[in-house]
Amino acid sequence: MRGNVLRKNLLTAMLLAPATAWLVVFLVLPFIAIAVFSVGERAPEGGYQAAFTLAQYANLPARATAFWNTMVLAPVGALACLLVAYPVAYYLALLAPQRWRLILLALVVIPFWTSLLMRTYAWMYILGGRGIPALLALAGIEDVRLINTPGAVLLGIVYGYLPLMILPIYVSLERLDRRLLEASADLGATPLATFLGVTLKLSLPGVMTGFSLVMILLLGEYLIPTLLGGGKVFFIGNALVDLFLQSRNWPFGSAIAITLVLVSVVVLIAANRISTRVSGARRVDLI
Amino acid sequence: MSKSYRDGLPISPENFVDQLMRLKRGSIGRRDFLGLTGLGIATAVMAREIGIMPTPVFAAESLGDRMSIATWPNYHDPQTFENFKKDTGVAVEVNVFGSNEEMLAKLQAGASGWSLFVPTNYTISTYKKLGIIEPLDMAKLPNFDGTQEDPRFTAEGTIDKVIYAVPKNWGTTGFAVNTKKLAKPMTSWKEFWDTAMAEGDGRTMVHDYQLTTIGNALKYYGYSFNSLKQDELAKAEELLLKVKPHLFAVSSDYQPGMRAGDAWMTMCWTNDGAQLHRDIPEIAYVLGKEGGEIWTDFYAIPKDAPNKPAGYALLNYLMNPQVAVKEHLANGAPSTDARVNKLLPKEVLDNPILYPAADLLTPLEFGAAATLTDPGRAELMARFKSA
Repeated sequence: MRGNVLRKNLLTAMLLAPATAWLVVFLVLPFIAIAVFSVGERAPEGGYQAAFTLAQYANLPARATAFWNTMVLAPVGALACLLVAYPVAYYLALLAPQRWRLILLALVVIPFWTSLLMRTYAWMYILGGRGIPALLALAGIEDVRLINTPGAVLLGIVYGYLPLMILPIYVSLERLDRRLLEASADLGATPLATFLGVTLKLSLPGVMTGFSLVMILLLGEYLIPTLLGGGKVFFIGNALVDLFLQSRNWPFGSAIAITLVLVSVVVLIAANRISTRVSGARRVDLI
Repeated sequence: MSKSYRDGLPISPENFVDQLMRLKRGSIGRRDFLGLTGLGIATAVMAREIGIMPTPVFAAESLGDRMSIATWPNYHDPQTFENFKKDTGVAVEVNVFGSNEEMLAKLQAGASGWSLFVPTNYTISTYKKLGIIEPLDMAKLPNFDGTQEDPRFTAEGTIDKVIYAVPKNWGTTGFAVNTKKLAKPMTSWKEFWDTAMAEGDGRTMVHDYQLTTIGNALKYYGYSFNSLKQDELAKAEELLLKVKPHLFAVSSDYQPGMRAGDAWMTMCWTNDGAQLHRDIPEIAYVLGKEGGEIWTDFYAIPKDAPNKPAGYALLNYLMNPQVAVKEHLANGAPSTDARVNKLLPKEVLDNPILYPAADLLTPLEFGAAATLTDPGRAELMARFKSA
């Protein structure tokens, strides 16, 4: 019995070793470097010079607007994604004919084969003056501006992150025990009540996974607001790019990066707690 | 080996047979045979291409077979590097950058691998201070002729009488206007900013670059483009914050917006202005009469360049007016070299976008190193962008 547990632990350790090594080299070590930078000072010509000061953290309010914009964009963008993704995932998992399902799923994933930058540039042209506004001009509606508006940013975000929201929801819906739906109907529940009480509730882990995944990626988003929003709204991602590549204030950038990571961790833990509480899911062992 | 007009010409079949017979008779050496028939060159070229033989020695120094240059997008005639490879056997790897700051960061981190790069005037003193660029050995650059350069453009490459960089080309920062959409003629930065808040509402772009965006806002009040004075910067900030809600975009990638007709007016660099006007004639390029920025891009060699001989060889090659003129026709920016200007077609020299009238150039200022690295201006830009 004891040997069995030991063997199980050893196997777990071996399976985890490559991922652990990877994370140490590419996540933990850079994170330590950033943490060291964040208590340093900006060298006179830019970059980093060694010091021990909390001045960079004290300066965080200088980017308060960027933090605030990001804290609004991330949940709103994730919510918009969810509203579009849920019906798609529902159709794919419960309604789509079995033989079409794989093809439809592939269609959801295929856009990922092209870089997000390219696809966002495509939207720049679709929304730009020679795209939809040119078509509207043919219909007599002149000088419509779609690009560099909040709507364009929202569209780009929903488009870019949709597959990341669809897939986890699809997985949780696909595993749904259909007999529960029948039982609910047999017991007199209306379709709406069944959806709210059974389907939605059982798919919540997938919803929470998709939501936190999209939200955390959105916390660092800067490409879409820059290209489709005209760089007029300033997010944490934009602040980081400017600090590292333009004004070359690495210590301040590092302090912001550390703060952003801490915020992401808090969001992740909160999402996990909520999802566990609502769905009553239990912890699952690896093996 | 002596040069004759026949060098490089293909040999005729009859001549080849003649020479072959001479070789057989012993009246000609094997080396001469290979030389006369061109077979020697063919062998050497093939060996070089497939890497059997080392590249030929050039000016007593080995150039190696590859080097790397850091430069700007759409800045060279690609044929230049092909021809350089043909002449010297050195293949040039081109690295393209978006900003001087990125170049600086890469070079400062070390092991950039570049043997030549193209910094803008205001960064050269910083590179020198950090000790990461090489004082140029002018003996290796016989094609450069300082007497043919306008000293206004070369000055920033020379520090304490030591030449660290030689100019590639110069340019200005003005604004481009779509005159079909904004018909009122404009001549000043004051009009640029006022129009942005009136007829140009929602259609105006400014650079995502503190040097020019803050600098040109300072010009609204007639202050120096490089001002670091608290009260003057406060006025510029007030203007920028007032204009912000009226802007179409804060972006240095303004050609797509102008070409699509979404943007009607934008801050603009010379070469972009020339390209926009060439393709869309109603887009005009205006230099603010209050002044603004003039700039020169230079060539410099990093101290840790892995292939300095090739870096010098390419730089010397680029300083050849016959080569440089093709470069200028390709990238559109005006040349600093009088010898090159003599070779440029008249319509290029007469283009007021590229070669503006002297009275418009007089008030222009070179951006200063301190302007670029000033933390106060960086924070101002961040407040503007997040407003």
